[in-house]
This record gives sequence, structure tokens and C-alpha cells, in this order.
Amino acid sequence: MLGFAQLFASRLVKAAAILIAIVVMNFFLVHAAPGDPAMVMAGEAGAADEKFVTQLREQFGLDRPLYEQLGTYVGKIVQGDLGFSYRQQRPVWDILAERLPATLVLTLTAFILALAAGVALGTLAAVTVGTWADSAITVVALLAYATPIYWIGLMLSLFFSIQLGWLPAFGYETIGAGYTGLAHVADVAVHLILPVITLALFYMASYARLTRASMLEVRSLDFVKTAKAKGLSQSRIVTRHVLRNAILPVITVAGIQAGQLVGGSILIETVFAWPGIGRLAFEAVLQRDYQVLLGIFLVTSIMVILFNILTDILYGLVDPRIQVSQ
Amino acid sequence: MTTTPLLDVRGLSIALPPGADRPLAVDNLTFTLNPDEILCVVGESGSGKSMTAHAMMGLLPAPHVRVAGGSLLFKGKDVLTMPEAEQRALRGGRIAMVFQEPMTALNPLMRVGRQIGESLREHTDLPAPARRARVVELLAQVGLPNPAELAEAYPFRLSGGQRQRVMIAMALACQPDILIADEPTTALDVTTQKQILDLIRSIQAERHMGMMFITHDFGVVAEIAHRVAVMRHGKLVEYGPASDVLNRPQHPYTRQLIASVPHYIEHRDDHAKAGAPLLVADKVRKVFHVGGGLFKKSKEVIAGDDLSLTIHPGETVGLVGESGSGKSTLGRSIVGLIKPDSGRILFEGTDLLSLDRRGFRPYRRAVQMVFQDPYASLNPRHRVGDIVAQGPVAFGEDRAKALTRARELLAMVGLDGSAADRFPHEFSGGQRQRIGIARALAMEPKLLVADEPVSALDVSVQGQVLELLDDIRRRLNLAMLFITHDLRVAAQVCDTIAVMRRGKIVELGTAREVFTHPRDAYTRSLLDAIPGKAWQIPDDLQQVPAGAH
Repeated sequence: MLGFAQLFASRLVKAAAILIAIVVMNFFLVHAAPGDPAMVMAGEAGAADEKFVTQLREQFGLDRPLYEQLGTYVGKIVQGDLGFSYRQQRPVWDILAERLPATLVLTLTAFILALAAGVALGTLAAVTVGTWADSAITVVALLAYATPIYWIGLMLSLFFSIQLGWLPAFGYETIGAGYTGLAHVADVAVHLILPVITLALFYMASYARLTRASMLEVRSLDFVKTAKAKGLSQSRIVTRHVLRNAILPVITVAGIQAGQLVGGSILIETVFAWPGIGRLAFEAVLQRDYQVLLGIFLVTSIMVILFNILTDILYGLVDPRIQVSQ
Repeated sequence: MTTTPLLDVRGLSIALPPGADRPLAVDNLTFTLNPDEILCVVGESGSGKSMTAHAMMGLLPAPHVRVAGGSLLFKGKDVLTMPEAEQRALRGGRIAMVFQEPMTALNPLMRVGRQIGESLREHTDLPAPARRARVVELLAQVGLPNPAELAEAYPFRLSGGQRQRVMIAMALACQPDILIADEPTTALDVTTQKQILDLIRSIQAERHMGMMFITHDFGVVAEIAHRVAVMRHGKLVEYGPASDVLNRPQHPYTRQLIASVPHYIEHRDDHAKAGAPLLVADKVRKVFHVGGGLFKKSKEVIAGDDLSLTIHPGETVGLVGESGSGKSTLGRSIVGLIKPDSGRILFEGTDLLSLDRRGFRPYRRAVQMVFQDPYASLNPRHRVGDIVAQGPVAFGEDRAKALTRARELLAMVGLDGSAADRFPHEFSGGQRQRIGIARALAMEPKLLVADEPVSALDVSVQGQVLELLDDIRRRLNLAMLFITHDLRVAAQVCDTIAVMRRGKIVELGTAREVFTHPRDAYTRSLLDAIPGKAWQIPDDLQQVPAGAH
């Protein structure tokens, strides 16, 4: 277990170093914008006389040397101050905090669903390889993988909301209903169904394909022969010996994709008018709201790093060989 | 004895899928296995010996390979017609199997104790604590130290020999009547092989099991067999008591196999060293750094330390040792594939290690290498003629000329003229190794470094390749560094022997000295571990070893 703590600690140190690099990059991105940040801010605020700009420069310390500015910037970030959006006249952190839960609920649910369904379908396909069940799963996975995600979203909402009227077509909750407690949770859950399925289908397809290929590869390895020679039942061989080993590449890929989930749901959030980070980013780009964009950049970076660490830990738990080679 | 046989195989045939090189992998095979005996099934790769074992265990890769006819009677009941559940009860319960490759035969993600326990869980109704106790007991029985601790270890912590012991413990878990061992020692070092053979023999005698031992090595057969069955191309060619088959073989194929067994009693006459040495390795040292990272110190592994030897023109120096002894490290350093940390490697007086890339280039020609794995060392997408001609072309030779020369060389190593236009996959292992040798010779080297050139080949093919190497050496007066783990092979081809252990040369001398009067204790233990050394190959089959005068 000591090796495990060491692994975790070294991961955290590396993560902190990467985070600082990202913050510094953020800082220089602001400076790369045309004019200086004061001009940008003045432009965003809608007033642009010379006196106001000078005042802004003094207010934000822009007349100081660059390294001093960098220090101030990093100091602010460390304190959790991500800046102020003049476009929306609110602190960036407040805007993000409002949007983040919606995105996390959507992407994490979709991710877990995709992983569970994908591994289950992939296993089923591998076990029944060459039969109609395998072919059906393979074809469905290929279709889900190849069809544009927004098109699936549109079609699903057309069918289930417009034609059948079973599910709400868009939004996070019923506007103006004012539900509280469990009723609120149920309301959000109903709104969640279509976007989650749409997002999950795509990832599920890739996990199913990956699991199937990996299972077929592991199935021909020597230790599976050993397991058969022990007289174990088919189901025990599949779960304890084949799947356990075949899941390793799936974890690797899932770990990489989990990091992208926060930023990768822009299309879904747009199609279903989901008030999450993805749509916020989209709007911020259209409105040239740099402060918000940089905030999103930072938050998504943290998410990627976080999921990478989680994947490493999970990998260390699943595969005992990792701790040694690290 | 009038005991009923444990296993009675009658007219067993196993069909291969259409398009295979022959329709039947096993053709009308009949033999019996009695309680308390070791039956050795001997044959070269592709003889169908493993298929037979796999059929017994229901491990044939269905649906492509299937039993086409015959019966497999276990205590009078046909295994092949049993319902699946009954077959499963036999597998691991009454009939257990140990496989060839201990490194891959265990699930890497499961503690070894649990892997053994699984067998007990399936075939007995012992409660979990009793199973755990039994596992520890089994691990102790196969001679593993700290069995309680070892049961909690993952396979990657164990050496090859230890893993094979775990496999044996697993097979013994339910006290089977029959133990099938499929080349259980082939992947192990000689000294480990000896330990495992001793263990298998003592366990078999203790439990009076019937044992089917599959091997290609007549030395191993001589060591343990009570009866022998020799197989070729799926057919049983000779079958009888071990003493008869070993000492009075009847079938020409058996006679050929036994004749090509290398045996260390013969050694060459001393090599007359003439002139200045071609190559001098002087105190070569190489340390590898394993693992390590930003915040962690890497582990040092000394692959070679204080390695000194000389090779004269026309001399063959054998570098002998077990896996991990550092013998390949030295070979690769001489060819320039690895840069040693210190020491000197003098080739005709020039220190190769002091040269930069450009300066080293001419010496790349003079020192050529033949690799171990003939399947992996030839580019599968190039024609054989191009593979052989590539080296000279890279050194500025005219392409047409190089190709003509390549054809000559291919003829010289015993391949026919059309070989140059074909691709490597069209050739057998032995033929590919010939191509590898032709490729090395195309550079007109003065020194050939052969790294385990015959260890991936069947015995009869092995003999032919060794003969070829020796013929070439004599014709071209080539010096050779011959790296091998097999002392019997070294005895056949080497003038001088260097024995390596843990990165050091522990003994260096003429083949005669080393084999007749080994000075180092390790050399003695290596010689002692050679399987079948008590067995004298029948006089009429003793061939003159290559190179003896």
C-alpha cells in the first residue's frame, strides 16, 4: 500500500505542475488578444474613452511589469477568483458554478450508462462471436458510432417528444413549475433521459467494440486454456479470467474520454437546450467573452487532470503490475 | 501386470480445417496409459502430440479442429461422448494438465493461491478456510518457500521455475489420476529444468499417477520415461518400453531423431590459435537502469561486469549461460547494438567503443549477427533476395551485382535458386535461419555473432543448421561468437567456452577443459543438469560431431 500512496502523491505533484502551466498559458492568452486587456474590457463594457481605459489599467495593475502581473493573476486564481465578465456583469466563478452541475449530471450519467452497457454488450458479442447476436450488436455499435451525434439527438426528440409526447424535448426542468425536493429530482430526471441516451449511445458503441475486440484477444491467451483445463464453468472463465483482463484497455480509453466529457457535450447541450458548460462555452465564443472562456478552459483542464488521476488509481487497483512498474 | 489401463486411446483421429497442410493432425492414434507409469510422447513441432493432449482435455480450438474418429477411454468410459458437465468434472479433477509456457499460463491479475483454490472450489466441497489451508499445503509440496506468503502473490512476482511449480500444484490440487505435462520444462533454464523434472518424477512415484509427458527432447525422455511413444505427422511411428526405444530404436525416424540429439561427451580438439586475436573484449561493463521517474530513483541491473575474452580468426567461442546471465548483452555490445558503460572492445586493434557513428560504420560490415528468432528477424514484406542484398547495397554495392551474389549465397546455405524471389513466410523455421545466415554472410564479415541461432528449431533441423554454420566457418575461416543456453549445442560447435552467470564470466577455457575438468562449481552444476546424461546413445547412431577431427 505504500507504493500506492507514493503513486498517488507523485500524480498529485505532477497534476499541480500541469495546472500551474495551464494558468500561466491562460494569462498569456489574455495578453495575446488584440489591444491590451484594458481595451478588451473597455470594449466589452461599452465605453471607450481614454480616461476610462487608463483608469482600468491602473485598477487592474496593467501598468505594472509583466512578471508582477503574472504573480497577481496566479494569486487571484489560487484564491478562486476567475475574473469578471463585463458582458454578463457577474463574476465568472458565479456563472460557472451555476452551469457546472447541469453538465456534470448529464455527462456523468451518460458516461456511467455508456460504460456499463458498452462492456455488457461487448462481452455478449464476444461470447456469442459469429452468431446473429454478435452480428446484431456489431452492426448497432457501428451505426451508433458512425451517425452524427446531433442527428441522433434530433431524431430521438422528434420521435419521443413530438410524435409520442412522452418526454420533454429540451431544457433542464419544467420552467415555472417551481418543484422542490423529490418532485424536482424527478422533473430533472425526465428531462435528462433523451440527452443522456443520445450522448451515451456514441460512447457505448466505442466501448462495446473495444470490449469485444479485447475479449477475443484475451480469450486465446494461455491462462484461459489453464482455466478451461481446471474444469471451470464457461461463465466463471468469462467473468473471472477473460473479462477481468480484457477490461484494462477499456479503462484506458474510458479514462481519456471521461476527461473530455465536460467539454465534449457542446452539441448535445445545444440540441437539447441544456443549460450546461458546453453551451456556455459556445455562447462565450460567439460573444467574445474572454473571461468566461478562460474560466471554462481552466475548469475543463482541472476535470481532465482529475479524471486522469482517477483512471491511474483505478488502473493501479485493477492491475497489480502497475504499481511496480511505475 | 494385468491392471486395466487408466487411459485407453483407440484409433483417435483429429481433423484440421480445410486448407491446412494436412487433413488430419492426429491420424488413427492408439496407445494406453497405465496407473503409476510415465509415458513420454515424443515428436517434433507439428507432430500432433499436443493436439492429442488437448483433445483429452476438451481444449481443441472448436469448431475448426475437431475429433474425427476413435475413442478416448478413461477407466473404460469414453471421454468424447460424455456430456459436457461430466467432462468438466474430469478436467482438473481426475485429469490435470501442466502447460509449456509458465510465464503466460497463469492469470496475471489473480493471486496464485486463488488460482489454485479455484480448482478445489470447482471439484470439491471444501469450505473456503479448508481450501486456503490446502493451497498452502500444495505450494509447500511442490517445494516453494514461504507457501503462505506466496499464495497471496501475483504471478508477475514469481520466476519461471516458481510459476511452473505453481502450475504443478494447481494440477495436483484434486489428486488427479492422470497428469498430462505438455513440454513443461522446455521454456526453463537447464538447472531449473532439472529441479522441475526431479519434482515431477518424485510426485508421480509418490502418488502412483499415470503421467503423459509430452516432449521433443530425448534427453528428458531418458531421464524420466517408463514407456515412449514417438509421433510423426500425426502418426504413431514407434511405441514401447523406454529402454527399447532409447537403446534399440527400430523406426528410421526414431533413429534419425536420436542420432541428432547433441551430447556433450564429444568435444572438439583444441583450436590452434594463430596470429593476433581478431577481437578482444577487455573488462566490458554494462549497467541497465530499470524503472525510475521524476521523483523515483531507478533500479540498477548489472548485465555485464568485467567481461574479458578474445576471439582468434577461425575460432568459435561459445558464450554459455542461463537466461539473464548477460550473454546477449556482451554479444550485442560487440555488434554495436548496445554501448557498454566502460571497458574496451578491440577489433583488429581498434577500440570500437571509442568510435563515433561514422567511424563505426566500416566495422558494422566486419561484424555480423545471426538472431535467435528466425520468424521475427526477417522483414515479412521484403523478398528474400532483397533481404540478403540489402546490406551490401547500403554499403554502396551495385544492386544487380548484390542480387546475383545473394543468389549464390542462398545456394551456399542450401536453398534453391527460386528462394530469392519468395517471401519469408513461405519458408520453414530452419530455412529462415539459413536465410538469416546468408544475410549475415553477404556482408563478408570476419566475425559472426550468433545469438541462440538454433534454440527455436526442432532437433533434426537444429543439427542441419549447426552443420551449415560449421561448414561455413571452415570454408571462410570465419571467427564466431556462439551464444547459447544449451551446453550440448556448445559442445558440438565451440572451440572455446565462456560460462556466464549473473553478468560475470565464471569459467573460460577450451571446450575440452571445460567439459572434462570444469573448475567452477556453477559449470559443474550446469553440466550436471543436462537431461539424460546417464544415457549412452546407441553406438550405431553416434555421429561424428561437426568439427571433430
